[in-house]
Amino acid sequence: MTYDAGHYDVIVIGAGHAGVEAAAASARRGAKTLMLSLNLDMIAFMPCNPSIGGPAKGIVVREVDALGGLMGRVIDKTHIQMRLLNTRKGPAVRALRAQADKPLYLKEMKRLLENQENLTLRQGMVEKILVEDDQVKGVVTETKAAYYAPSVIVTTGTFMRGRVIIGDLSYESGPNNQRPTVTLSEQLEELGIEMVRFKTGTPMRVNSHTIDYSKTEIQPGETEPRSFSYETTEFITDQIPCWLTYTNETTHEVINENLGLSPMYSGMIKGTGPRYCPSIEDKVVRFNDKPRHQIFLEPEGRDTEEVYVQGLSTSLPEYVQKQMMETVPGLENAEIMRAGYAIEYDSVVPTQLWPTLETKQIDGLFTAGQINGTSGYEEAAGQGLMAGINAAAKTLDLEPLILDRSEGYIGVMIDDLVTKGTREPYRLLTSRAEFRLMLRHDNADLRLTEKGYELGLIPEERYNRFTEKRRKIEEEKKRLENEIVKATEDVQDIVKESGTTPLKEAVRASDLLRRPEIDYSYIERLTPSDIALTADEKEQVEIQIKYSGYIKKSLEQIEKMRNMESKKIPDYIDYDAIQGLASEAADRLKAVQPLSVGQASRVSGVNPADISILLVYIEQGNVARVSG
Amino acid sequence: MDTDTIAAISTPTGEGAIAIVRLSGDDAVSRANELFQGKDLTTVDSHTMHYGKLLDPETGEIAEEVMASVMRAPKTFTREDIVEINCHGGLVSVNRVLEIVLAQGARLAEPGEFTKRAFLNGRIDLSQAEAVMDLIRAKTDRAMNVALKQMDGRLSVLIQNLRQKLLETLAQVEVNIDYPEYDDVEEMTNDIMQEKTAEVRDEIENLLQTAKQGKILREGLATAIIGRPNVGKSSLMNTLVHENKAIVTEVPGTTRDVIEEYVNVRGVPLRLVDTAGIRETEDIVERIGVERSRQVLTEADLILLVLNYGDELTEEDVKLFEAARDMNMIVLLNKTDLDQKIDIERVKELAGDNPVISTSLIQEEGIDQLENAISSTFFEGEIDSGDMTYVSNVRHVQLLKQSKQALEDAREGMEMGVPIDVVQIDVTRTWELLGEIVGDTVGESLIDELFSQFCLGK
Repeated sequence: MTYDAGHYDVIVIGAGHAGVEAAAASARRGAKTLMLSLNLDMIAFMPCNPSIGGPAKGIVVREVDALGGLMGRVIDKTHIQMRLLNTRKGPAVRALRAQADKPLYLKEMKRLLENQENLTLRQGMVEKILVEDDQVKGVVTETKAAYYAPSVIVTTGTFMRGRVIIGDLSYESGPNNQRPTVTLSEQLEELGIEMVRFKTGTPMRVNSHTIDYSKTEIQPGETEPRSFSYETTEFITDQIPCWLTYTNETTHEVINENLGLSPMYSGMIKGTGPRYCPSIEDKVVRFNDKPRHQIFLEPEGRDTEEVYVQGLSTSLPEYVQKQMMETVPGLENAEIMRAGYAIEYDSVVPTQLWPTLETKQIDGLFTAGQINGTSGYEEAAGQGLMAGINAAAKTLDLEPLILDRSEGYIGVMIDDLVTKGTREPYRLLTSRAEFRLMLRHDNADLRLTEKGYELGLIPEERYNRFTEKRRKIEEEKKRLENEIVKATEDVQDIVKESGTTPLKEAVRASDLLRRPEIDYSYIERLTPSDIALTADEKEQVEIQIKYSGYIKKSLEQIEKMRNMESKKIPDYIDYDAIQGLASEAADRLKAVQPLSVGQASRVSGVNPADISILLVYIEQGNVARVSG
Repeated sequence: MDTDTIAAISTPTGEGAIAIVRLSGDDAVSRANELFQGKDLTTVDSHTMHYGKLLDPETGEIAEEVMASVMRAPKTFTREDIVEINCHGGLVSVNRVLEIVLAQGARLAEPGEFTKRAFLNGRIDLSQAEAVMDLIRAKTDRAMNVALKQMDGRLSVLIQNLRQKLLETLAQVEVNIDYPEYDDVEEMTNDIMQEKTAEVRDEIENLLQTAKQGKILREGLATAIIGRPNVGKSSLMNTLVHENKAIVTEVPGTTRDVIEEYVNVRGVPLRLVDTAGIRETEDIVERIGVERSRQVLTEADLILLVLNYGDELTEEDVKLFEAARDMNMIVLLNKTDLDQKIDIERVKELAGDNPVISTSLIQEEGIDQLENAISSTFFEGEIDSGDMTYVSNVRHVQLLKQSKQALEDAREGMEMGVPIDVVQIDVTRTWELLGEIVGDTVGESLIDELFSQFCLGK
């Protein structure tokens, strides 16, 4: 018999990187929220690499932060090393990456959640989602506790029918030997939700004491204080290095000799793995002309000796893993603490979701994170945040939030997932964003804080600080557009110092700043501002002026895209009734059910003529309704 | 609604004395006016027609004599501002006008787009909506067929190769960005990018050249014969016409009457322009003066300048040389049957790189050399149309021009030291534009390339 364990506005199943953001965002929006986790000691556990951020992903962390999320704040407090990547490239592709202190990350995340207003944490394995007439009612745990809520977010990651595989050993399991869930997967299928089998993997962890670091290259952190969160004021400066070593021909021989034992090649693994995260056996087979592959040794924390062997992700038998390492400089005597493994799991075909991440089949049922076919902590966090915001909105009848492709990598990712779907675990890459120059690491707050504030996710005090920053940037930009720098001798000296050609005549300060050799520090010397600007503000002024030509081009394209996004497709549309629409297009549109003509144009198999016809049809409907 | 200005030929191609290029959109009138030499179209009354000349914005030269009808919204077919440019029938003029209009910035209309706009702007009755949708479908299918037919298989392969080249370059930039620690790939620098994109730019430039040649093969090379009175212009024309099969067509236009004669010289179809002028008076310079012949020159693809071997160079001759400077020109020293009085060294100096041929048209001497010179001017000695890849579809030409422009923008950025990931915006755009030519715009290719080319991941 079940018992009534309580009524909530939103229930979140799972407490991984999607679950924690979903729960916190929902609670921040004012929804009474319950987060259920299999094991409360595993909140925000990192089952794979001890790292957060990187190109595109690091920008997502900033976007999450700009909307009031947790990931940035937590990693800022718990990293062992942080670096700004791509500093020699343009501003659009710079990104932060941190090496995490795993145990500390969990602890800090749990502390934040425990202190979050409106949020209840409960340990429990959900057995079943309560659904009546295609409407979510709540969940029941295996201990027969029934929790009720009109919105439920499923963030079960790789736990659904999870299966761990090492060599010829295979058993039902979630990541890191946690209990998997089978009933949820079965139930979702019964509810008519299509699932697909994906696969991912992780390398072994070894004991730091058994590594000979003298045979490896040091990869130090940076001393420059950096942070993901716009809130962070205290910086960790004592950074711990990572180490670099390489595989070699002997390693590859070991792998090739044992290839028959690999479940990847024996046919034991049926799920589709991600191309961007291949196992070492995959790398050796597919790129057999490469004499060596990089291996990064990454400490899993300050107070643990476990070291993550990045680059050796494998599902070969444990003894082959050992043999492999014996051939790698520095790892000859390394002791495996945990073996590498592959994991297969069920995930939801994401084209079944609305852009709010609510399923189309079941009212009030949301899914977020790896269950939607993505991989990566950051991708999960971004979706969790959005699902939390929108599930709370659903219950409380508030405004939902959908980010478009020009507003954030989160918008790009969700649009990709719900419009195009994915054939392999989806990872964000900067090349997925057509407006990359607008989706920078440095301007995430300028893009999103306003929205976060409107939705009640950002406190007043933080918002005021933000508007002050925005005002100062605009003022300084305006000043530089009007300020004339005369070609005096002093000026020419400074100009020459930068390496650019001397001035022929007086120029606008903004035009001078557009020269590649001139950065804001020169401008500051030539024409100092009356107001004190922070380093962030100066950087913003510089980027916005320097790349204004390219930014303008992007903005023009964005306007075109928005024009198409603003043409809504009525929900009563019957694609079969549209004369002239190609049947393939009609089928695809029926499956995806795009909300706007813009989204429809991105559905594969829909061509421009179909879009023209769709526009005419919609207009006809509008005319009919007005005149009728 | 979309209010950008669209343009298309709105009369059946090939037939009819008059052809019309129609523009519709907010900027239709101002765009047409930019190109129009005559009345200020932005101030004329609605629904009026005006004579004038159309300027080619790329060269600033007069391209066509036209009549422009200005019709302002809302009493138009699309309920937008419309300009209809009336020009000579046949393929040559109307395609030229369309190209000019597109080069100025109008967008080539999608199939059925005028009708679509008419409908969306409420001009066409609701009951006709289905007909509109059918029309779009039918026109799209037909346009696709035509485009496919017009696209040579070799062209498709060539474009695919260019795209692949760009894709590899783009993938390399991406791998640098998304995997900054990956050590197995050369860092893509502006210098390498310059080199790679320059190759593609050259190829596109070549293709655009073939577009010109393809047009010549189809429509004839506009050829003007110029020279002082009695140097043998009419003999030259008669020789060309008699030696080769001539088709004389009369083209009565709205604004002028011209006789054009087509002759085929070693595979190069020549369209001898303003032959009426030569025939009637035998003296174009005398009749209409140097100014007029200058104008004839601007319309020509090839100039045949005839000089008298038996006479000294005159001021007029020099003026003609000047007028024809920078154009494809063949100089004929005619009447070699007379005693030489002309200063051949001086002629060669004036002719520069252009060929100088000695002829005696009366004695039928030097004609072979002339015909050789004509064919090699355009095919560099090789006429084998079977081996050449031609771009002939207006849409394809337009996309190639845009691709070239995008690569120019990329080059400019690189020269200014713009970071490579920003320059890439323009390179990616080129890749997409080329994709539109071959009908391939799938977005996943870059990521596929990334993972097939490089061994990435943890």
